[in-house]
Amino acid sequence: METPETLFIQYFNEESRPLAFYQKNMAGYTAVKKALTLSPDDIISEMKKSNMRGRGGAGFPTGMKWGFIPKQSPKAKYLVCNADESEPGTFKDRDIMRYTPHLLIEGMVIGGFAIGAHHGYIYIRGEYTREAKLLDQAIQEAYDAGYLGKNIQGSGFDFDLTVHRGAGAYICGEETGLLNSLEGKRGEPRVKPPFPAQAGAFGGPTIVNNVETLAAVPYIINRGGEWFSGLGKLEKSGGTRLFCVSGHVKKPGVYELGAGSVTLRQLIYDHCHGILGDKKLKAVIPGGSSAPVLTADEIDVIADIEPLMKIGTMLGSAAILVVSEDYCVVKLLQRITRFYAHESCGQCTPCREGCKWMEDIIERIEHGHGREEDLAMLLDISNNISGRTLCALGDAAAGPVMSFVKKFRADFEAHIRGGKCPNV
Amino acid sequence: MGKKLLSEKFYSAMTTLESRYPSKVALLLPALHAAQDEFGWLSPEILEEVGDFIGIHPAQVREVASFYTMYNLKPVGKYHLKVCTNVACCLRGSEELVQHCEKKFGIQVGETTRDKKFTLVEEECLGACGTAPAMMLNDDYHENLTVSKLDQLLDHLE
Ligand SMILES: Cc1cc2nc3c(=O)[nH]c(=O)nc-3n(C[C@H](O)[C@H](O)[C@H](O)COP(=O)(O)O)c2cc1C
Ligand code: SF4
Ligand code: FES
Repeated sequence: METPETLFIQYFNEESRPLAFYQKNMAGYTAVKKALTLSPDDIISEMKKSNMRGRGGAGFPTGMKWGFIPKQSPKAKYLVCNADESEPGTFKDRDIMRYTPHLLIEGMVIGGFAIGAHHGYIYIRGEYTREAKLLDQAIQEAYDAGYLGKNIQGSGFDFDLTVHRGAGAYICGEETGLLNSLEGKRGEPRVKPPFPAQAGAFGGPTIVNNVETLAAVPYIINRGGEWFSGLGKLEKSGGTRLFCVSGHVKKPGVYELGAGSVTLRQLIYDHCHGILGDKKLKAVIPGGSSAPVLTADEIDVIADIEPLMKIGTMLGSAAILVVSEDYCVVKLLQRITRFYAHESCGQCTPCREGCKWMEDIIERIEHGHGREEDLAMLLDISNNISGRTLCALGDAAAGPVMSFVKKFRADFEAHIRGGKCPNV
Repeated sequence: MGKKLLSEKFYSAMTTLESRYPSKVALLLPALHAAQDEFGWLSPEILEEVGDFIGIHPAQVREVASFYTMYNLKPVGKYHLKVCTNVACCLRGSEELVQHCEKKFGIQVGETTRDKKFTLVEEECLGACGTAPAMMLNDDYHENLTVSKLDQLLDHLE
């Protein structure tokens, strides 16, 4: 069998980082030269053909998003890279930034040209101090070689790129919270509309894309949208995906596979060599901690956007958290709910109050003080958060609670009746 | 205004950065990072000086700074241990690391040792879940930790 093509993973090592390596071995900066001879419309149409779906979590088609940017704008336009990587379970963007920073930089120059932006920002989570420094160095290399700055490669196109560090707030991964944070404000999500494509950073039309989304752009321009689309095995879902697998597997890590080419079972048992200690599988969270949980008998599903949506969960950031039979699911949900209660920005009452109530109830169940009516109350609160908030954090907090209670009801009931975890 | 507390280096770095943004307020997060790098935390005097530099009220600086967990509005120890206790790290034993640190230092999460050497906090996902459990020691990541690896690391700190 032919080994399927990958774009990133073979370069995830220190040697790949310098500009010289990128140019010698990865066709570095040939895509931008090609793009600068095309029209912005041609680039956007290539992106549409590629069936690239945003890798940040929502899976929005990238070409379509770029097409929303108004051609003429009295205000400056911006391209912003979302490098906040804060969805629990996700750790792929860090590898792109530290090992293949030039893919991201080149992708951003092309993106900037396509939407008519002359300044880009990489909003990187504050904890990634080292990655921010490495990006700064790579950006300097790109300036020195004439791939950033004024009149790039004699094309007349100017593009500057700045790394902007966050400071520890999950909600700054949400694109409008991110934009507020970039502007020097609290990272509170904005009311939409207006959407960023109309009024984003500093009031100008703005595109926000994930690191992995932008880092694939040079490949799409060099090899064509159709080629990229063909790397994916399902309709309308092109390219490869970087899966982040963590938790109780023997070989956790980042795996790159064609979109739609692999089931959760294959990822866990073939690629990650199964469960630690050969224990039984208890639960899988397939798209970062915001994704509704799956039980061990639901994992024969293709790990891609639509198939997971069909069974009531989501691919999100393709972060797969694997839990073995001897870990308490009540404790797990407590940890997840505590996170959302802590990270709620507090603007919407259902999210601010609801997350705290859910946290309190699950904590008391976990500590053996649960009451019979608690499960009904949890479902009621999560239902009242869902769809009633400014940003998707509310749903991200409600989904896990609903799914854990529904799918592992017996575990929760055993805690409530027995006053402790039956497994310890 | 009295004597400036922030260094020349701070002001020259900020001047360079200023041209990268269409508004001066956007310098607030970079300025707070740079200021914290100089003092380890952000005292009321520093917040005021940052506000003066940007041209906003100190209350606005505090309002923004307090939104972000990385800005220390109280002094912290020389070594700031941030142990991730989010899902993937929990699944891989991070609670044991936290308990071990609490016992070793005789402090609870959120506290600083009396000699001001160590501050211990729990952190949300650090983006190192594939190499869990993970923690940060000041700006550096430490991954695939065990209690004995942690001890080795901590016992070598001056
Ligand atoms: C609470 C919350 C957190 C998010 N965190 C991230 C993140 O860390 N990184 C990211 O790329 N997108 C994150 N997103 C999604 C962004 O809002 C946005 O959809 C994405 O950056 C768009 O990029 P894409 O089209 O390339 O996927 C988050 C969304 C929400 C609601
Ligand atoms: S849903 Fe939660 S996090 Fe999002 S804006 Fe409302 S309160 Fe803030
Ligand atoms: S859960 Fe600890 S680094 Fe992600």
